[in-house]
Amino acid sequence: MQLEPRLNTPIWMSIAAPILAVIAALILCAGLIIWADVPVIPSYIALIKGAFGSKFAIAETLVRATPLMLTGLAAAVAFRAKLWNIGGEGQLYVGALAATYFGTGLITLPSGLMIPFLFVVGAIAGGLLLLVPALLKTRLKVDEVVTTLLLNFIILLLTNYLLFGPWKDPMAMGWPQGAPIIDEGILPKLIAKTRLHGGLIFSLIAAISVWIVMTKTKWGLEIRAVGINQDAARFAGIPINKTIIRTALISGGLAACAGVTEVAGTKEYLTLDISPGFGYTGIAVAMLAGLNPLGVVVAALFIAGIYNGADSMSRAMDVSNYIADVITATSLLLVMLAVMLTRMKIRFAK
Amino acid sequence: MDFFEMFLNIGFWAATIRMATPLIFGTLGELICERAGVLNLGIEGIMTTGAMVAWMWVYQGGDLWSAVFVAAAFGMLFGYLHSIFSVYMGLSQHVTGIGITLLSTSLSYYSFRLLLPGVTTPPKIVPFELLPIPFLSEIPVIGPAFFNQSPLTYLAFIMVGVVAYVLYRTPVGLAVRMVGENPMAVEVQGIDVYRVRTGAVMVGSAFMAVGGAFLTISVFDAFYFDMINGRGWICVALVIFASWRPGKALLGAVLFAAFDAIQIRVQQSSISFIPYQFFLMMPYIFSILALVIMSRKAAYPKALLVPFRRGQR
Repeated sequence: MQLEPRLNTPIWMSIAAPILAVIAALILCAGLIIWADVPVIPSYIALIKGAFGSKFAIAETLVRATPLMLTGLAAAVAFRAKLWNIGGEGQLYVGALAATYFGTGLITLPSGLMIPFLFVVGAIAGGLLLLVPALLKTRLKVDEVVTTLLLNFIILLLTNYLLFGPWKDPMAMGWPQGAPIIDEGILPKLIAKTRLHGGLIFSLIAAISVWIVMTKTKWGLEIRAVGINQDAARFAGIPINKTIIRTALISGGLAACAGVTEVAGTKEYLTLDISPGFGYTGIAVAMLAGLNPLGVVVAALFIAGIYNGADSMSRAMDVSNYIADVITATSLLLVMLAVMLTRMKIRFAK
Repeated sequence: MDFFEMFLNIGFWAATIRMATPLIFGTLGELICERAGVLNLGIEGIMTTGAMVAWMWVYQGGDLWSAVFVAAAFGMLFGYLHSIFSVYMGLSQHVTGIGITLLSTSLSYYSFRLLLPGVTTPPKIVPFELLPIPFLSEIPVIGPAFFNQSPLTYLAFIMVGVVAYVLYRTPVGLAVRMVGENPMAVEVQGIDVYRVRTGAVMVGSAFMAVGGAFLTISVFDAFYFDMINGRGWICVALVIFASWRPGKALLGAVLFAAFDAIQIRVQQSSISFIPYQFFLMMPYIFSILALVIMSRKAAYPKALLVPFRRGQR
């Protein structure tokens, strides 16, 4: 078996490949639904209804997509530079910690300043957290995959400590949660009687900004050049280490903003389960999007829809909602395969 | 508890050896994969699968040793899946590995829920009993700590020798190491690089799954969600710490487990005023520090992370 590069890839193929891969993933996962002795078609209909079937469902899907867009962008930017940031989860929590520290009464600003301020401190915290593995990578050649991963556990334990210890809200009836974010820091609601908040607008603006930076600016060009071929980039006079550090600050900052949207938008206070793995799912989002910042928006909506839909499907049809994770993982692997096959063709020959 | 007293305590050493066991299996497994040039970040999920499958096998009436083989078989299955993506298709090993972890973890949880619906307290099985080795287990202190362990623990220690022997003394091991260093040269010798890498990933993944199985059918008697709890990632760090050598992998795993055992004991002794979360952080901080120290002389297999494409240079 041999892989050969295609000379040219038709546009329709680039668009159709990920869609076909997702359909294939849904067909494969139908096997698991059949195993659970539940009819497939009604299950998937329940899933789609739960994801996009009503105003409430759409709002909930958008709420879930908001942090996924940010963690997806974080992974997409870093992976472009071949900086394997697997630490989105930790960066998210650090952003949430910063927002909680500054947003629960330490500082009071008018709403128009308070909200941007929380995003800025969150982003700084997340950027600094990823700076450590990035420096270890550039200075000492320590593999960033392992360091970013291990930092996730450390940050989660720190959050655990703070929420059971000094930051525990005495008004929370013994629940381990932080004090509420002050009113000025809370993201405005977009639709009345739903949880949909201004974080969505922020995420969309972030996606467009990242897209502009990555495609239209020297920074973006440098980041991509470093990812494609470090030697060639060095030859072209691009400062490799500086670019990697810069990428780390952007990536960590973006993932941390997801923590801010959750604390200041969705929950309005910090809890331990503020993220059901948004940092890890962001990797899937970025890969489904082919590392394209605008594609991240679509991929985040898709995955948020799957999770949201799977929740209501599991209630309606009595299927474990772990099916959402299975569908996400299968889609991730199959989309990667499909995207590669748009660039390469397989030749079976001996 | 007095600090020195702890080191004379048989329980402490026994616990260290016990806690090292899944790390030894996992680290050996990851080491085999990486020696062949494939980073296997599926480890966390493959260990979860091993833990679930082995437990379920025993719970459904299977015997303990066949559970070990079933776990290994499932590990190989996911290893094969990983090599389709990373070896044959040459996709990014980082991302496919995360994908395999996501898939194997969620499939295990889904299957667990499906096979045992509506169970709130996890049911229990009868796990492996301790197997004291005659005479050796009667040596004071060392005996009960080292020679009164689960059979799987002995297997882990034996496997360190087996893996080292195979890697350094057999043609198969030579092929595996060469494929991780210079696949082109192996291809010239007429050896199929894809097959060697796939084989290594499958065998390595089988080790990982047995490491997971140890937790459910030897230490605990039930399967809990999240029970691997980062052990797989620690193994990835330990491989670097061990500079890709089985002997050092054993040393690293035991050191690490000793550290973990100290951490638990210090945490339990009420004299401590440091919150327990900081003790729980210690293994991860220790891993990062170990990486920093070892990275200076890290001799990566040269073809690690580099996909091999036949006929391309």
